[in-house]
Amino acid sequence: MAITLTDAAAERVGTFLQNRGKGIGLRLGVKTSGCSGMAYVMEFVDDLDEMDKVFEEKGVKIIIDPKSLVYLDGTEMDFSKEGLNEGFKFVNPNEKGSCGCGESFTV
Amino acid sequence: MALLQISEPGMSTVAHQHRLAVGIDLGTTNSLVATVRSGKAETLADHEGRHLLPSVVHYSQQYSPLVGYPAQVRMAEDALNTIASAKRLIGRAASDAKTLAGHLPFNFVDSNASVPRIRTEGGDVSAIEVSAEILKSLKTRAEQSLGGELNGVVITVPAYFDDAQRQATRDAATLANLEVLRLLNEPTAAAIAYGLDKDAQGIIAVYDLGGGTFDISILRLNQGVFEVMATGGDSALGGDDFDHVLAEYMIKESGQTSTQAIVSLALMEARRVKEALTVHDGVETSCGHWKETITREKFNLLIEPWVKRTLLACRRALRDANLDKDEIANVVMVGGSTRVPYVRERVGAFFAKPPLVDIDPDRVVAVGAAIQADILAGNKPDNEMLLLDVTPLSLGLETMGGLVETIISRNTTIPISRAQDFTTFKDGQTAMTVHVLQGERDTVEDCRSLAKFTLRGIPPMVAGAARIQIMFQVDADGLLNVSAQEMATGVKSSIEVKPSYGLSDTEIETMLRDSMTNAQADKQARQLREMRMEAERTLAALDSALKTDAEQLLDATEIETILQAREKLADSCKLDDADRIELAMKSMEKAAEFYVARRMNSNVQSAMAGHRISEFK
Repeated sequence: MAITLTDAAAERVGTFLQNRGKGIGLRLGVKTSGCSGMAYVMEFVDDLDEMDKVFEEKGVKIIIDPKSLVYLDGTEMDFSKEGLNEGFKFVNPNEKGSCGCGESFTV
Repeated sequence: MALLQISEPGMSTVAHQHRLAVGIDLGTTNSLVATVRSGKAETLADHEGRHLLPSVVHYSQQYSPLVGYPAQVRMAEDALNTIASAKRLIGRAASDAKTLAGHLPFNFVDSNASVPRIRTEGGDVSAIEVSAEILKSLKTRAEQSLGGELNGVVITVPAYFDDAQRQATRDAATLANLEVLRLLNEPTAAAIAYGLDKDAQGIIAVYDLGGGTFDISILRLNQGVFEVMATGGDSALGGDDFDHVLAEYMIKESGQTSTQAIVSLALMEARRVKEALTVHDGVETSCGHWKETITREKFNLLIEPWVKRTLLACRRALRDANLDKDEIANVVMVGGSTRVPYVRERVGAFFAKPPLVDIDPDRVVAVGAAIQADILAGNKPDNEMLLLDVTPLSLGLETMGGLVETIISRNTTIPISRAQDFTTFKDGQTAMTVHVLQGERDTVEDCRSLAKFTLRGIPPMVAGAARIQIMFQVDADGLLNVSAQEMATGVKSSIEVKPSYGLSDTEIETMLRDSMTNAQADKQARQLREMRMEAERTLAALDSALKTDAEQLLDATEIETILQAREKLADSCKLDDADRIELAMKSMEKAAEFYVARRMNSNVQSAMAGHRISEFK
């Protein structure tokens, strides 16, 4: 099982964590919502849950709950700029369809 | 493909329901928009990577308004259709605009409209509409940067902005289709940008030196709550003065005559030298054939008088807040002119601690507004930061005799509500006019009228029997609501004060200064008016008594004596001399003494008639 970060993504997550001044790492997950089934979750982590899995990727600690992991396995997270907008995006091989805007997806 | 941001723990939203919020620093010269992305507050740049948006709008017949740099370049060739510094006009009445018109190159529409309108090729516009164009431009930039529609904005305003100016700023936001989460005072925003709200408590001085204005604000933080303790400053002092004094020096040293062309050239050179001196100890300059290396020492000497003036204002603000310098925990620097090393040095020495300068002083206010917007939009877990501000001037109402009764005094923290009971002045009075005033003076003419309304339906009673409660409420945005309620019947009337025009900080300062210099005159005016009221009340009581029982209790000569004293008292009221009135009142009381005694006896007798003495024991 693996989740990968591009260099750009790892660098930005590191910067944001440092700027925040506290936190263990980055939580990735999915939750059932959105217009097309599932939505990605990205949060800072201050406290670990009992079941959490912790990975280290390019110096960044990634925290995932086991339920989300099955949907995210093999995903690559990237940071990109599109015009004035910038942010993270997911390239997820489990994704079979998305809502067009990419915020939610089905497996 | 949507681009995602990192949320606080447990705060991630459902897809397509991101709470996008930004902070906007709507400035006189430049405006900025900032937001919090993945926990980091930052100002947003345009496509060219520029963060500042010049607060300039150009109107024309052919195309829709141009905002920012494209408008700024048209300033020279098309000044009348290019509107800059709209902030100086926002919330002001047409009459104010005329006094400002000398400084602003606008073509004001001559009309009776309460809001000044500027004639442009693209139609007549008000300062609100101009500000709305600037806000729209920032909104577009923000929505492109965040990839979605904005849920709300926090817009910063100067701490001295009055109700009308705040309301007008809100109106501009509404025109731009923006939901205002809150208006935030600029110094408070700067303090938030430095995270000073995370301290448990402390007193913070915010020193804001821009190009043309200087503001000092003293904030008190207590358990996450900010309160503005005092504000002060000078609306005609800033970095431009530094340029001018240096330019004058250069022209004088070079022996040139100050023609307009030479002055504007020298000003440009002065600005360059000033900016270069922030990093270098000396900068070579020339003016005509004259050459010199301007050292920092030389420059410091030249700007010293202005820097000193800012420190005097700091001292005054401290006195207003009743504080010693050593009680200030942090000093925050805002405004481009705080880049001048000498300013930093002197401010640091004055407060005996190094000022905070890490955040770009041009952006710090927008950054603080963004942090506040992020919290208000609900992106932070259980954060209940409440910001308090103060009323810049006292709020009160007119009482009989043209006197002002203060209900909420100046520098009171808001939100606040305060009630006071008033009563009727005349027998059978069924209505009462509530005249709401702002200012520090004792007399109505010298204060600013905010609103007037009438409470009707007071049940007829003798003078002084009715109880009317007047409630003043100022909400977190500084908007005032005044209500009046007759307590026996519950009849109520109220008004939301959106005054027709606002005051500039200079006017506020003038009003404050006047109240100090005229304190003695005000005291005398109050004494006179109060004495006059007292005399009028006595006269009214006497007249009503004479009408009831003069014929039973007095003979013709006695009536004559009393009427003569009455006449003297009535005459004395026409003079502006409290002592004379007092004297006339005393002799009147003396003349009527026997009458008062007889009335009392007769009242007692009639009350006791048919009763035995023992019944009263």
